[in-house]
Amino acid sequence: MEEVSALKVRIKYTKSGHFKFIGHLDVMRFFQKAVKRAGLDIAYSQGFSPHQLMSFAAPLALGVTSEGEYFDAEFNSLVSSDEFVRRFNEQMVEGMMVNDVILLPDNARNSMSIVAASDYHITIIDKEEDIYLADRKVKLLEAANHLLEKETIEVLRKTKKNEKVEDIKKGIYQIYPDGDQIYMLLATGSEYNLKPELVVEALCKEIGYEYKKFDYQIHRIETYMRNEKGKLVSLLESGTRIE
Amino acid sequence: MTKLALSDEILMEIEKPARYIGNEVNMVKKDPENVDIRFCMCFPDVYEIGMSHLGIQILYDMINKREDAYCERVYSPWPDLDQIMREKEISLFSLETQTPISEFDFLGITLQYEMCYTNILQILELSHIPIWAKDRTLQDPIVIGGGPCSYNPEPIADFFDVFYIGEGETRYHDIFEVYKTLREQKASREEILYKISQIPGMYVPSLYEVSYHSDGTIASFAPKGDGVPKTILKEIVLDFDQVPYPEKPLVPYIKVTQDRVTLEIMRGCIRGCRFCQAGMIYRPTRQKNVELLKQYAKKMIKATGHEEISLSSLSSSDYECLKEFIYFLMDEISNNDVNISLPSLRIDAFSLDVMKKVQDIKKSSLTFAPEAGSQRLRDVINKGLTEEIILNGAMQAFQGGWNKVKFYFMLGLPTETDRDAEGIPELCETVAEAYYTIPKEERNGKVSITASASYFVPKPFTPFQWAPMLDPASYRERAHHVKDTFRQQLNFKSMKFNYHETDVSVLEGVFARGDRKLSKVIYDAYKSGCIFDSWTEFFDNDKWIAAFEKNGISMEFYTTRERDVTEILPWDFIDIGVTKRFLASEWDKAKQGIVTLNCREKCSGCGAARFGGGVCFESKN
Repeated sequence: MEEVSALKVRIKYTKSGHFKFIGHLDVMRFFQKAVKRAGLDIAYSQGFSPHQLMSFAAPLALGVTSEGEYFDAEFNSLVSSDEFVRRFNEQMVEGMMVNDVILLPDNARNSMSIVAASDYHITIIDKEEDIYLADRKVKLLEAANHLLEKETIEVLRKTKKNEKVEDIKKGIYQIYPDGDQIYMLLATGSEYNLKPELVVEALCKEIGYEYKKFDYQIHRIETYMRNEKGKLVSLLESGTRIE
Repeated sequence: MTKLALSDEILMEIEKPARYIGNEVNMVKKDPENVDIRFCMCFPDVYEIGMSHLGIQILYDMINKREDAYCERVYSPWPDLDQIMREKEISLFSLETQTPISEFDFLGITLQYEMCYTNILQILELSHIPIWAKDRTLQDPIVIGGGPCSYNPEPIADFFDVFYIGEGETRYHDIFEVYKTLREQKASREEILYKISQIPGMYVPSLYEVSYHSDGTIASFAPKGDGVPKTILKEIVLDFDQVPYPEKPLVPYIKVTQDRVTLEIMRGCIRGCRFCQAGMIYRPTRQKNVELLKQYAKKMIKATGHEEISLSSLSSSDYECLKEFIYFLMDEISNNDVNISLPSLRIDAFSLDVMKKVQDIKKSSLTFAPEAGSQRLRDVINKGLTEEIILNGAMQAFQGGWNKVKFYFMLGLPTETDRDAEGIPELCETVAEAYYTIPKEERNGKVSITASASYFVPKPFTPFQWAPMLDPASYRERAHHVKDTFRQQLNFKSMKFNYHETDVSVLEGVFARGDRKLSKVIYDAYKSGCIFDSWTEFFDNDKWIAAFEKNGISMEFYTTRERDVTEILPWDFIDIGVTKRFLASEWDKAKQGIVTLNCREKCSGCGAARFGGGVCFESKN
């Protein structure tokens, strides 16, 4: 069979609400089915058990919400970006929304390999029973302002085999209080990957509070790559909208 | 956004939180304020199993088509969540609106296998609904059981308000109308249940009284009040093309056991295997119109985005338009993005041709279910599969490139001897030798034969309902004997033999033909920690044995005892259309090894013709 070259497309989507409890693999399955329900002309791999040509940028941890998620997919034929968005969104459920679709040049590298950074908002969850909440909040926001002034930022990083103390400073590009929330821009991807939880943990360590996972809601704002000048730009910059 | 019943902390702590949040694709959303009837449908096992069940999808769709009713779902919380719910006193809730189950009008529980009985008690207890039906009040939901195990509901009769005997498509509308009227009249729970008992197919266990002989057998089984029906005729769909079918089935987020579109092509089976309960209770056999099925296939693939479609029936090869339908699926549906998963088809030229096109021969295997090792015993169980048919099918397949064969057998069948059981390895050997008659360059490496044996459990409404179950020690001995005989075969290195565990099958045997005395055992076993009994990692036989001992009840009374055909059986009050006389004559013929022809070859007068439809009238159309 002749290999037909398909058209590469990048899809940006939002994962919010209860959908944060759906794991990465299931999100992939969700899109595989959604693309078929939408009647979009997705391309398949060759071979005895063909699968859709789809690859996701940067997996999101369970419990984290995001308005800057991406995957690349190949299609045999295209519709306009607006039509893509409309047809995808007809098939979404509460918590999932497609924001934009762009066409990539043939030589474009896939999103997973180019991801360089992501930024996040950390919300400190209000819990009535937490009498130290106000104190912790003030101190955390303050600590966020000064974290990068430190020589090193050490946290205990757990891997499958062991745990080790690691300096995560090189992975934190920006961090500051943003109203009631904390904003952070962190290294993401194959070169260096820093999870926002670790940074929150480091902040807690700074102010002498124990880090409790469920006191914080993490939200990814955007996923970035570096352009030819080395500047962090949105993954949408790789291509153009389809008119 | 619906507020979830579980907090983020809990959802992040447990395995697969997606089991409990609902909101799946094609989930029905309604405002509970705007409906008269809230119905919660339950499959008492984990989400992934329950979501794979076709019956619930059918009823979910059907009930939700009513504007005045909202059908939601609930499944058994996995033990990790079960523990948290007990510690934090969280009520079990529906997936759709996350409402406590205790607030529903009805809780419908499907009974697919006996080993889910303790899970029913878990559902009730976590819902804060009294476990014993007699303790419930007007505030509690009406708990309805349905599905195959309701054909002998007696072991769990005390936990249910109503059992729906037969196919669910026919009577829910009547139940709802009765309920709405009586609720408006502020009727008591007793009045509502009595009125429901007047609807065909409904069994209200509290309205019947059972007395026993000193030997434990039933002395009498009778309705308590006037007008309560003495026997209950099963409900059945006659216009099989007119009943609703879910064209937009739910699509779960997590991978479930049946992650595909399922199309029911036929209900019932013409074959009459004497061990098979489904083959009797779903009589007469009814087929779906093939044009209708084609439309469903298209619509359901479009509405779900599934990448696989499979056919459901008890014996697909007996569906008369099978060829036409499968070729349609291959030509119109499949085009490279939808797999066709073939049900177990009779191995012949047609099925091999199809399998070649839709499966990878290297990976796929041929499946035969001879069920018994010797021809003598296959005649006893009325399984019309002969060694000749198997060899013919296998040879055609071997020549077509296949080299893997799977066989399914049962051990402990009535009249079975060691000699019959030896037929299992012998049949495998014959097939292996046949493989090696093919010239080396034309065959695909070594042959691989897997034989599995299950422990035969006699079921109600089969000709073997009177038969003794083989005792566990003898079953194990026989299984070992088969294993030894395998080792003596020339080609034993190409063969694998597995046999089922004993303990679960024994319990299944107890409950399958059990009576009301068993409810206390189930209750005590549950209270001592038994749950998810069909899961090997949770099954705890010692706790079950203790529960039987505590209640002074012997398992052997239910399993290894041969029943006389005159004995009152716990399920005798149910009329499945197939007569007891027919079953008894089949039991007799079984002992003599006389086969009965299938429904299309010759009507054997089983009694199902009284429903006035299906295969009984096919030739008369």
